[in-house]
Amino acid sequence: MSDTMIEVAGLQKRFGDNTVLRSIDLRVARGEVVALIGPSGSGKSTLLRCLNLLVVPDGGTVRMGERRFDFGGGDALPGTGALAKFRATTGMVFQQFNLFPHRTALQNVMEGPLTVRRMAKPQAEALARELLDKVGLSDKAEQYPSRLSGGQKQRVAIARALAMQPEMMLFDEATSALDPELVGEVLGVMQSLAAEGMTMVIVTHEIAFAREVADRVVFLRDGVIVEDGPARQVIDTPRQDATRAFLSHFHRQREG
Amino acid sequence: MYQWDFGILWGYRWLFVNGLWVTLAFTAAIVLLGLAVGLFSGLLRLSRFAPLRWLSQAYVEVFRCTPILVQLVWFYYALPILAGIEMMATTAAVLALSLYGGAFYSEIIRGGINSIEAGQSEAALALGMTPNQAMRRIVLPQALKRMVPPLMNQSIIQLKNTSLVSVLAVPDLLYQGQAAAHDSYRPLEIYTLIAVIYFVVLFPLTLLVGRLERRLARAD
Repeated sequence: MSDTMIEVAGLQKRFGDNTVLRSIDLRVARGEVVALIGPSGSGKSTLLRCLNLLVVPDGGTVRMGERRFDFGGGDALPGTGALAKFRATTGMVFQQFNLFPHRTALQNVMEGPLTVRRMAKPQAEALARELLDKVGLSDKAEQYPSRLSGGQKQRVAIARALAMQPEMMLFDEATSALDPELVGEVLGVMQSLAAEGMTMVIVTHEIAFAREVADRVVFLRDGVIVEDGPARQVIDTPRQDATRAFLSHFHRQREG
Repeated sequence: MYQWDFGILWGYRWLFVNGLWVTLAFTAAIVLLGLAVGLFSGLLRLSRFAPLRWLSQAYVEVFRCTPILVQLVWFYYALPILAGIEMMATTAAVLALSLYGGAFYSEIIRGGINSIEAGQSEAALALGMTPNQAMRRIVLPQALKRMVPPLMNQSIIQLKNTSLVSVLAVPDLLYQGQAAAHDSYRPLEIYTLIAVIYFVVLFPLTLLVGRLERRLARAD
């Protein structure tokens, strides 16, 4: 776990007067699974969106492999082409799925390879079918998203992100919009991805899942990293009062 | 009691046919040109560069906030003097009506694009698309579907607006009707027929829009 996948340093983000991230340093190793937890408004989703520059930071650096972006130093912001190329190397899964409703499940998964990678259609289709099979939805390939359950939609969304053959996957509260009985199927897919060695950064409220699957847990509050350590250690024996307070609800539930 | 005599209309049938033809050709021209202008202006309005947004907004407001009849007359009488170019009545009429319609189309197109949830372009950008690709492949196809009924509504209004070109002596349906009325001294029959022709053309179109709207409401 020494090989760095992505590293951010001194990351800052403001929305108007509201400072959402204050000088965040975070390093994710290749193959590592990192869970970002924290109360709502803590900045964890914004941090995740800075990792693929869907949100452009106001200050700090984002480095992934050879590519390095500096923000707030008076340099010009990266152009749309550079941003698109950068984002193509990471996959993102959203809370609200954001499937393309005018495309079938299969076409949703093919969209990235076709439009961004300029892959030939038969090749893209083969890849898409393979990925739908991987998330257990080969029989839903021809369905439009409106005909799928939430859990199925999210699994298609995961397949769509994987179709770009990303080096890293970002999950933004991927199970928060799901009915409780559908959470398991999505977490199952995420777990098997982690087991395959995919580098993952997961914003989640599923503390038990984070404890089980993540290598590291990072606790954010008010735009700063309060605690960062091995998953079980941070969740079972948090060192900071703020972390303890945040997790107390979870622990009470487990004891009860 | 007025003695109706619709029999006299038959003698002017070719005037009406020609007039209707001019009206329909005019409508086709100003709808197509208006849509092109409206799409361009609607996209400018969503640009990241503020001056382009202002430009688009200025255009829309100028044409929305002045009467179309005033615009027609202005394009025909004032613009040639200012620009130093001769302009035929048809050119002035097409120009004014296209720009007028374009202002409304622009707002419909902007609204349609804005109505697509931000998550759609976010998902497209996250896949590595450029903003242009995201607009073309993901946002526009969905937005267009929602825009169709209001765009058709506006086009129906545009067809009715073509009747105003008669003030510039463009020989549309209404202008030919006026000619027939002067000739026959039978304005009641003639203007009634003109109204009926407009209605017969437009009523099926409004039915179609209504059906599209209902189908769209079900699809969402």
